[in-house]
Amino acid sequence: MSPEPFLGADNHAPVRHHILSVLVENKAGVLARIAGLFARRGFNIYSLAVAPSEGNAQFSRVTIVVDAESAPLEQIVGQLDKLVNVVAITDLAPRDAIERELLLASLTVDNANRREVLDVVANAGASIVDVNALSVTVMLAGTPGACDDLEKSLESFAEVTVQRTGRVALPRLGPTATA
Amino acid sequence: MQLTGAQALIKSLEHEGVDTIFGLPGGAILPVYDPILDSSIRHILVRHEQGAGHMAEGYAQATGTAGVAMVTSGPGATNIVTPIANAHMDSTPLVVITGQVATASIGSDAFQECDITGITMGITKHNFLIQSAHEIPRVVAAAFHLATTGRPGPVLIDLPKDISQSKMEWWYPSTLEELDLPGYRPEVPLDDEAVAQAVALIGASERPVLYVGGGTLKSTAHLELRAFAERTKIPVVTTLMARGAFPDSHELHLGMPGMHGMYSAVTAIQKADLLISLGARFDDRVTGQISSFAAGAKIIHVDIDRAEFNKVRRADVALQTNVASALRALDAAKATPLNLDVWWKQIRTWQERYPLVYDEPTADGPLLAQHVIKAIAAQAAPGTIVTAGVGQHQMWASQFWEFEEPGTWVNSGGAGTMGFGVPAAIGAKVGRPDRTVWCIDGDGCFQMTAQELVTARAEGIPIKVAIMNNAYLGMVRQWQEMFYEERYSEVYLSADLPDYVKWAEAMGCVGLRARNLQEMHDVIEIANQVNDVPVVIDFRTDTAEKVFPMVAAGASNDDIIVHPLQRGDAR
Repeated sequence: MSPEPFLGADNHAPVRHHILSVLVENKAGVLARIAGLFARRGFNIYSLAVAPSEGNAQFSRVTIVVDAESAPLEQIVGQLDKLVNVVAITDLAPRDAIERELLLASLTVDNANRREVLDVVANAGASIVDVNALSVTVMLAGTPGACDDLEKSLESFAEVTVQRTGRVALPRLGPTATA
Repeated sequence: MQLTGAQALIKSLEHEGVDTIFGLPGGAILPVYDPILDSSIRHILVRHEQGAGHMAEGYAQATGTAGVAMVTSGPGATNIVTPIANAHMDSTPLVVITGQVATASIGSDAFQECDITGITMGITKHNFLIQSAHEIPRVVAAAFHLATTGRPGPVLIDLPKDISQSKMEWWYPSTLEELDLPGYRPEVPLDDEAVAQAVALIGASERPVLYVGGGTLKSTAHLELRAFAERTKIPVVTTLMARGAFPDSHELHLGMPGMHGMYSAVTAIQKADLLISLGARFDDRVTGQISSFAAGAKIIHVDIDRAEFNKVRRADVALQTNVASALRALDAAKATPLNLDVWWKQIRTWQERYPLVYDEPTADGPLLAQHVIKAIAAQAAPGTIVTAGVGQHQMWASQFWEFEEPGTWVNSGGAGTMGFGVPAAIGAKVGRPDRTVWCIDGDGCFQMTAQELVTARAEGIPIKVAIMNNAYLGMVRQWQEMFYEERYSEVYLSADLPDYVKWAEAMGCVGLRARNLQEMHDVIEIANQVNDVPVVIDFRTDTAEKVFPMVAAGASNDDIIVHPLQRGDAR
């Protein structure tokens, strides 16, 4: 995994990152095959998300954000395509992709900062999904950039725990369909 | 028809046309060994599982069909990891079956359990852990399809013991769809535009070279290659993995390129304006320093595997297809270079000035390995298959044996696996019993896998083994002499320990020794008369002899070091 922070502005990953949307057979060990390939070829994975796809238990869709500086994208795609369980690979250039990510954060709050926390959450378009007298859990489903911004805004509070899913992505629809 | 999983496995192998399994039984694979007794398939009982794997590789390389090995779980499986890695590097079609502990025990650290599908994930084309007896026919059929199509390679099938003991209703897939491989597309349609671009590049070239790799043999494209080369008069070089793809005696053939390649082959590539790479992968042992490799050449890269394109060297034209169909397409388009007379004149001067040479051997020894290899070759029947281990003897065998047809040179290229020679020779002889099989081996290599000569004797497989015994790990010694100021570290083996003649005799083979030229001629003659048991010859060769030409590791091919006899010449 790359230790580098993700520098992208809203919905625009930097050039060195590429998003691969990979359709795989939903079989035991497929994720290990992908991870093993990246490890042994020296390709860096920035984030990875995987779940069953298209209402069909036979396939899963994996969204891999790769560091295209660790190896040429052509080489990554070529090697990935040789995995027998990989059915299709779509290379999503950031400008042609809709990317979303889910962020959960829990933090301790007290009467002094409760208002401030709620303001940050409201400004980010996030929501409170769990709350008690001492802490809140915040959720944001948004662009990676929005998640970055929220994560940064929460840094100043005490005892913040953040978990992000890594991004999922699909191709942006054609010009007639975009608003 | 109800069968056990074990019976279904053997029946599936029969269905795939398997005639030989190289293997060794054990606990987890035990159920499968019972139906072997009732099968037409010949099982060859090896003495170590590594031997089974290399035999299957030798069989595959000599016959062009998949080799099959079967071993038990745990150490049986790990012992065959080296041959699997070797086959992966050299794209050799292999189907390896391993026993596995019972499904319910997987993950419990059971006796002789190991995660062999995990271990071999990176060194197989694909592997399977069988989940039910019903899927055995599909998995076996898929394994052979994967191993032998596209870019060939090893496929492993891990079979838990309870599944081989459970029952299934016999069936066999009759269509590719039934193999359930939705992500596997070994062939893509030929790109006509790329073909046209290749034709244009060839048409504009004045100094083209056909850089022929192992993929040419894998796609049995030797006839297409010969037709194309003869029509276009483009010079041919054959890599270590492609020896035999083009006749060494052919006037268009410059020989092997690379670290120990022919001066003319190496230099023609360096000076070329166009390289037509046919199933080759720009291996570092061929390119030397990549930045100065064929620096002025455009590249037409033909490969069935698109991941090879631009991996090492940027291709000007990439043709994703097998070599045979690429050559047919180029021929159909009448691809023709410009007049090559000047180019050939230049190449002929290199060939004349820098042929392969070695010192004149003295009558009373020590022998020179190059001379021994030429002497064996001179007495060998046409079509003799040669296998080798890895090191100096391997390079000399590739340099000094003249290969005239595909499948006659069996060696370990990419992985460089010492000990490959003896078991590979056994496998080759099983696959081609009509052929004489010589293993040109080193003393270091021989000691790694020689016990398989017991297998050869027991199974009636009469191979011939020529040990180039220089008492050293010769190639390492050569590097220590040339690049480590003659500081010899852990390379001495002794010429007399072990006594190779006694060892051969103990294994039921004919053991011979030659220390001088007369003995050399005598033992070769004797060896050629023995056709019922294996023969092992201990040739006492010169310790200090080095392989030339040589390009030092990482150096430019422009800085090729020629034999001392040729130095001082103007280049």
